[in-house]
Amino acid sequence: MNAIFECNNLKKSFGVNHALAGIDLRVERGRIIGLLGPNGSGKTTLIKLANNLLTPTEGSILIGGKKPGVETKKIVSYLPEKTYLNNWMRVHQIIEFFADFYDDFKPEKAYDMLKRLNIDHRDRLKNLSKGNKEKVQLILVMSREAELYLLDEPIGGVDPAARDYILETIISNYSDNATVIISTHLIADIEKILDDVIFIKEGKVVLTSTVDSIRDEKGKSVDALFREVFKC
Amino acid sequence: MPWDFKSDRPIYTQLIEQIELKIFSGEYPPGAKLPSVRDIAQEASVNPNTMQRALAKLEEDGLVITHRTSGRSITEDIELIKKAKNQLAKQQIAEFLEKMKLMGFEKTETLALITDMLEEMKK
Repeated sequence: MNAIFECNNLKKSFGVNHALAGIDLRVERGRIIGLLGPNGSGKTTLIKLANNLLTPTEGSILIGGKKPGVETKKIVSYLPEKTYLNNWMRVHQIIEFFADFYDDFKPEKAYDMLKRLNIDHRDRLKNLSKGNKEKVQLILVMSREAELYLLDEPIGGVDPAARDYILETIISNYSDNATVIISTHLIADIEKILDDVIFIKEGKVVLTSTVDSIRDEKGKSVDALFREVFKC
Repeated sequence: MPWDFKSDRPIYTQLIEQIELKIFSGEYPPGAKLPSVRDIAQEASVNPNTMQRALAKLEEDGLVITHRTSGRSITEDIELIKKAKNQLAKQQIAEFLEKMKLMGFEKTETLALITDMLEEMKK
């Protein structure tokens, strides 16, 4: 089967700033992957390129063998770092909006998760707390039956208890041939749900490995290794 | 018994040890049906692929049995469980004796200490 996500010598520059300086990556299906790197390392740029929100300066990026565009958006469920939902909408209206927009969206899943997290679907988005807004967004993204989930900082603003629930949600909602890529720097929290990690630094991949082989070979957690590799 | 992971060793080896303990302690009795990979992965909050890998190893050792149609269960072979349990116990005792040796205790002294402690605990 072809890789779900592939980059070849992918470069993106903003003027003289080389956000991505030649990324080569191949991500298989059925994996949960941590895209890890310090601030400004290019994580968000890479994810935006995968969603056709930016275009490469050089090299290529392929989603399921296709260039990012209308076709790939059908199979990619994307959680951006910033909200794009309309603040005046009620939660259930946004669910209807998503159900209308995406064929693979399952409203019953969304309502189920809202209930577990005690969020009232009649509330307007603008009346929710920052953490609850983030939860709603993640619920929307995980209620799709996509082939690739791209989650940009999904747990940053939520409390540790909800964080655990969200991780459980990620484990239980992705299907066997779907891949989840999670960009974050909260490594200790997500380490045990990851198969593989990708470390990026200054727009380059510095390490790709499975979590267990890092622990096996280095005798330390991914979190500890990260602190070592990216020591300031 | 809740699931708990140390940060310096692979998660799948820790999963194996903890499932073994659940079998030895009777939390998973012989012949009991195991939840699906996804369900126990979720319970332990680990990646399903990692859980799959741990279960595959337990299967290799014979403690867990896979049925073609009805998922996995714990072996009914009580002798096998006993053997694995004894092996783990021996390993733990060997480690303990090693530590006592480092503290300067002879084997007979260690044994005397244990006997004394057991006597005291009876009271």
